[in-house]
Parts: sequence; structure tokens; C-alpha cells
Amino acid sequence: MAMANFLLGAAGFVLAMVALGLLSVFRGPSDADRMLSAQLIGTGGVSVLLLLAVATEIPSIADVALMLALLAPFAAVAFLRDASSARIKSPNATDRA
Amino acid sequence: MTLALDIFTLVAVAAGSFFFMAGTVGLLRFPDTMTRLHALTKVDNLGLGLIVVGLFPRAEGFLGALKLLSVWIFVQLSGAIVSQLIAHVARRGGRRT
Repeated sequence: MAMANFLLGAAGFVLAMVALGLLSVFRGPSDADRMLSAQLIGTGGVSVLLLLAVATEIPSIADVALMLALLAPFAAVAFLRDASSARIKSPNATDRA
Repeated sequence: MTLALDIFTLVAVAAGSFFFMAGTVGLLRFPDTMTRLHALTKVDNLGLGLIVVGLFPRAEGFLGALKLLSVWIFVQLSGAIVSQLIAHVARRGGRRT
């Protein structure tokens, strides 16, 4: 029982660290920095979910963690598509226009 | 034996949480995008790895442990690719808003 409490506490701590990392969404300065904190939600969220799955002894939460690990790269891929299409449309990239 | 495994879980999960804190501090305090990327991608994957290793003794049998391991490997693969792509955008001087 004490171990479950410790794991829950660790999950809360990691969640607080992820929330603190979200400050860099406000601060920027570049879009890549904002994307980094979205990546932090991916890694940190997976650890929080795995800790919860073991602490509460509900193994299906581990499946949610797997799902989050699957979806986190999609956000990054959407960001990268946006960044590369912005480059193609910019006036400097005449070779690609 | 159980006590040894519990201590192992305590140490590994605490170390993983510490690395998550280090990653957040790096993301907020490092001076430019490349160093922040460096801080986040290495340290957070190490934190997730330590938490997964710490949870192994409490996993439900061999298949439960295998699922934890596969979540970690999946995050490693996608994180490695995404960090390279974000670095590519950042190096090219992504849009500043």
C-alpha cells in the first residue's frame, strides 16, 4: 500500500514537471521551442500513465499510455508539415515555387 | 527478496522523476533552441526509461513487463525521429512569432 502511494506521488511530481514545462509554450521564442514542450507532454504523459497503471493496478491504463505514445509523433508531424509548406510559399524559396 | 525489489523500484522511480525535473529545468533555463532540444530529448527519455525499469518488478507477469518495455521502445523510436526533424526546422530558422 505504501508503494502505491509512492507511485502516485511520483506520478503527481512528473505531472507537475510537465505542467511547468508548458510555460515554454508562452515564452517561445520560436515555434520549435513550443513544439518541444508538446513533445514533453508525450514523454511525461506516458510516464504518468504507466505509474498510474501500476499504482492503481488497472493494467488497461498502460494501453492508454501506448495510445498517447502513438499519437504524440502525429502532432510533431503536423507541425513539420506546416513549417515546410511555409518555407515553400515564402518569397525567398523561388526555386521551389 | 520482496524488500530488495521494492527498494529497486523506489530508487529507479525516484531517479526517473529527478531526470524529468532536470529536463524541465533545462527546457526553461537553457539559452537557445538547440540546447533546449538537447536537454529535453536525452533527459526525458532517460527519465521514462528509469521509471519503466523501476516498474518492471511490479508488472503483471512477463507480458505486462513486455508491454511496459514496448511502450518505452516506441517512445524512443518516435522521439529520436521527431527530435531530428524539429532540429532541422530550428536550424533553418523557423518562423518567429
